[in-house]
Amino acid sequence: MPNTQHLEDFVTQVRRDILRQVHKVNSGHPGGSLGCTEFFVALYQEIMNRKEGFDMDGIEEDLFFLSNGHISPVFYSVLARSGYFPVEELNTFRLINTRLQGHPTTHEGLPGIRIASGSLGQGMSVAIGAAETKKLNNDNHLVYSLHGDGELQEGQIWEAAMYASGKKIDNLISTIDYNGQQIDGATDDVLPLGDLKAKFEAFGWDVLEIKEGNNISAIIEGLTEAKNRTGKGKPVCVLLHTVMGNGVDFMMHTHAWHGKAPNDEQLEKGLAQNPETLGDY
Amino acid sequence: MKKYIDTGKKDTRSGFGAGLEELGKTNENVVALCADLIGSLKMDAFKANHPERFFQIGIAEANMIGIAAGMTIGGKIPFTGTFANFSTGRVYDQIRQSVAYSDKNVKICASHAGLTLGEDGATHQILEDIGLMKMLPGMTVINTCDYNQTKAATIAIAKHKGPVYLRFGRPKVANFTPEDQVFEIGKAVQLQEGNDVTIVATGHLVWEALLAAEELHENGISADVINIHSIKPLDDEAIIKSVQKTGCIVTAEEHNHLGGLGESVARVLAQHSPTPQEFIATNDTFGESGTPEQLMEKYGLNASAIVKAAKKAINRK
Repeated sequence: MPNTQHLEDFVTQVRRDILRQVHKVNSGHPGGSLGCTEFFVALYQEIMNRKEGFDMDGIEEDLFFLSNGHISPVFYSVLARSGYFPVEELNTFRLINTRLQGHPTTHEGLPGIRIASGSLGQGMSVAIGAAETKKLNNDNHLVYSLHGDGELQEGQIWEAAMYASGKKIDNLISTIDYNGQQIDGATDDVLPLGDLKAKFEAFGWDVLEIKEGNNISAIIEGLTEAKNRTGKGKPVCVLLHTVMGNGVDFMMHTHAWHGKAPNDEQLEKGLAQNPETLGDY
Repeated sequence: MKKYIDTGKKDTRSGFGAGLEELGKTNENVVALCADLIGSLKMDAFKANHPERFFQIGIAEANMIGIAAGMTIGGKIPFTGTFANFSTGRVYDQIRQSVAYSDKNVKICASHAGLTLGEDGATHQILEDIGLMKMLPGMTVINTCDYNQTKAATIAIAKHKGPVYLRFGRPKVANFTPEDQVFEIGKAVQLQEGNDVTIVATGHLVWEALLAAEELHENGISADVINIHSIKPLDDEAIIKSVQKTGCIVTAEEHNHLGGLGESVARVLAQHSPTPQEFIATNDTFGESGTPEQLMEKYGLNASAIVKAAKKAINRK
């Protein structure tokens, strides 16, 4: 197992960025952001083959699409700390005239964003389109997407899932943030998702599970295996078992922090659990 | 008065098919997507000639719009094809977020628009699509009038960077615009010069407007007839210039009067040159089954309705 201390430090700093972003404007979605922090760090720091700088076409590099756009705080933090835009810009999250809109958008020209998302269920289709274009361009790089588990209640996801296997989109790795929570409560209470592994397999996908979705080593191992399974005629689905609110004890294992910002006291408590590592913005 | 010759009735959707076939030869970045309506959209030739650039999506229009948006990333120019209803109303949010707001270079090509779809009835006859599409920031909205113009428009929109809604129809109608026309997005086409009334028409109503102008001419009324193929951007200047000469206007379209060309024209005139206006459009209603001719007659979307409206507009001066 590689030494992952620098990645752990990265994760801790991103958690701080998430809490500070949503606290400042008293809005945004910390729960899902915290739950996916390790995934984003692994993806952008270890897994994806990225070019320096940013251009919309992303030819000859791996692409990532965030379908559940409400977890923008983690996306923005990891993009900034991966060099796409100045880290100081995290200070402008959700403020008037910002490039860091409440949900990610291309409209303000923020480097690192290739599609607007927020209205759920659309990102898998977009990722498939980008994957089709990669095939047409003989570009052997991969396309990644991330989806909320509650988002799978949207019908378009299953249109896309059927297409991806039917048309052998095998340069696509779609990850599901399987935290079992959505705004109104547990997914089991809102609308049960059933056996997701069986569902994606029935739709013709190669499915693998990362049981420890908040363990950076487990994520790297799982996503590396996912990469190995590409190019074999099937799209690859990763069921990433995460804990919403991970890393901030009072935000964990509940949907309460899905779309709620911490107050001053809660912020201090959350930051104390995640000491500064790479430097606050 | 200029004479326009119908060179033989043809459907506008075949103009789209011919334009797409041409683009297949001339622009290797053009890709085509269809939601199980290849024959209806006349996409057969493109599919046969360029199978690697043709994508059969199945009956999943939302997925089609998303895939098209994604395909632009890496430089492709996707043309999606299905009926107008399934191209707009069914997938409004997908177009709004993944195409328009994301400023993706997708061409949404919609056949069977309006009442002239005919016998299938109101489930398939969308009369709201122009309104839906023109409200989206950054969306170009085009409604062509005949085969030649639809072919020219299809070729032209590939060169325009940004999302486009191209609307055409099912029935065979008069083909009268030049085969070699240069299609300029946002530029009105002056068809007749007249001083008594302006008739601004789009889509299938353009030919009807020309027939109406002939009848008005026989009654001693000279009509200024303008083909507005681009509802957005609208050629404000051409409309204002015309009404300053005629003093009244009739707008004609195969669409609800709410949200259509007529409202766009009314906005321009209210702001720059308030003018009595009559609307040839459907009156906040759904369509129904029938032949295209029966439906256009019943809902008042033909030359005789335009003649009546023109006289009414003149009386209001």
